[in-house]
Amino acid sequence: MTTTMDYVSTSAPAVQLSPRASDVTPPPAKIEVRNFNFFYGETKVLHGIELDIPEKQVTALIGPSGCGKSTFLRSINRMNDIIAGARGEGLISIGSQDVYAPSVDVVALRRRVGMVFQKSNPFPKSIFENIAYGMRIGGIKDRRVLDETVERSLRRAALWDEVKDRLNASALALSGGQQQRLCIARALAVDPEVLLMDEPASALDPIATQKIEELVYELKTNYTIVIVTHNMQQAARVSDRTAFFMLGKLVEYDVTKTIFMNPTQKLTEDYITGRFG
Amino acid sequence: MPAPAVMTAPNKRIGDKIAVALLGLSVVIIIAILVVIIANIAYHGAAAVTWEFITQAPRQGLTAGGIMPAIVGTAALVILMSIAAVPLGVATAIYLHEYTPAEGLSLAWKRFRVSKGRPGRRRLFFRAMSALLATVTRSAVANLAGVPSIVFGLFGLGFFIQFIGRSIDRATQPPGEVLWGQGSLLWAACTLALLTLPTVIVATEEALRTVPHDLREASLALGATQWETIRRVVLPGSLSGIMTGAILGISRGAGEVAPILFTGAAYYLPFLPGDVTDQFMHLGYHVLILSTQSPDVEATKPLLYGTVFVLLALTFLLNLAGVIIRSRTRSRSHR
Repeated sequence: MTTTMDYVSTSAPAVQLSPRASDVTPPPAKIEVRNFNFFYGETKVLHGIELDIPEKQVTALIGPSGCGKSTFLRSINRMNDIIAGARGEGLISIGSQDVYAPSVDVVALRRRVGMVFQKSNPFPKSIFENIAYGMRIGGIKDRRVLDETVERSLRRAALWDEVKDRLNASALALSGGQQQRLCIARALAVDPEVLLMDEPASALDPIATQKIEELVYELKTNYTIVIVTHNMQQAARVSDRTAFFMLGKLVEYDVTKTIFMNPTQKLTEDYITGRFG
Repeated sequence: MPAPAVMTAPNKRIGDKIAVALLGLSVVIIIAILVVIIANIAYHGAAAVTWEFITQAPRQGLTAGGIMPAIVGTAALVILMSIAAVPLGVATAIYLHEYTPAEGLSLAWKRFRVSKGRPGRRRLFFRAMSALLATVTRSAVANLAGVPSIVFGLFGLGFFIQFIGRSIDRATQPPGEVLWGQGSLLWAACTLALLTLPTVIVATEEALRTVPHDLREASLALGATQWETIRRVVLPGSLSGIMTGAILGISRGAGEVAPILFTGAAYYLPFLPGDVTDQFMHLGYHVLILSTQSPDVEATKPLLYGTVFVLLALTFLLNLAGVIIRSRTRSRSHR
């Protein structure tokens, strides 16, 4: 029998829970979402999503499979654009700029909003070239700038010490956990404001997962992070706020501690306590 | 469980054995045919291949001398043909695989039809039209691959020489002069390129398909445009597959005689082609000539074997290069 307490107190969390922020005034919103709907062809998969994602905090999206949390995440940097027949309606704005406005340059948007995927997807290139990819796309050729940024990004992703002697080795030779941190470093190298993470640790072992979680906690001092996760302990450990999605609707959104300890919705409580999902 | 359930009925076991025997026999037959052909040609041909044979022109009405002009002509033809076929084929495949809607024509058209009154309808219309173009192109490629090679030869004669060549002559040459409107290396290469195109297109599409979708997403998410993604991720990842396909297509084209029969291959030329408007000798065509037009069959026989041997050796070398590139890619992707 699982209780809500178990999720927040088990096994000495690698990172502390954030202070109870629902008591204090929330930090300024980085991403505002108003009445956002999303369709795959004729099928509506997101229904009137409304939430404010605060700056330099970690916001977790949880919910059962197929609830639309990944679709919502991919709507923020418009990665859904590449799917045939997909379209969004309503407002998502980042730093008060409407992401879906016709004037928006999707390429520029994606440079502001980095993304890390469920399965690590390093290019079959060297470690250095993986990190430098975004900069090379951006037209940076200065070797010094490239070197510095590669090192800084790898340090931020807590990977530098492990790979500094073999930057020219293939990225595919790294372990799964290292590959995922490489992908995080690659996303950081283009200096985004927001980092979207789609179940970044779901394919990793517990040690590698813990490293990713510690990293997420570190990164929020500089970045606004939105993370999709199936692991509720993980959401409890790393996030400041949690949004619970179900059947394409946002059921509840609050400070993480409130969601896990004292949810207002019956559905949320049932999901958190493992009665379904 | 009762015992009979785990025992196979005797007639079932016999059926199994017969099937294995038949399948094995067909493999043996295939290998035997190949071995007989190669052994026969290698035995008779290798003796005929001397330094003189490779470096001299035919003499005494094709009963003596070598095949140097045919080797040079074949090489020139293959190079020109590759220059024409590979870029066009690869570009077509990239367009088909990377730029046309993945959902196919019927779905794209349906999405456009039901989008009445919604924003983005124009985009859906272009999407449907792009899907239509892809469908038409794909079936054109498939049909092109099924056309007999002699038809390509006739097409080359009618289109490249009679139409395009003559038109260029009318526009650039003094009346009565013929420069472009006759068989030449250029038109034979163009005709052969048409024959090779389907192979190159299909192989390139296959190679593009092997690049994981994840990598495209990773690139796009870093703010790369689609073309940057293709150039920096998709093409490097599929290059060896594309090269393999191109080489196999080219090696098939190199041995074809029918397409060049009317478009530039010469019976006998005392000089080497120096220009794309020149005619040329060709190994495959030379085999045909030696075996049908010789005044002295017995004297020609060694030459014929030698020519076939050289042609086969060149084709095998090309195929071998393709296989090596492919196996190297495989071992790399299955680290």
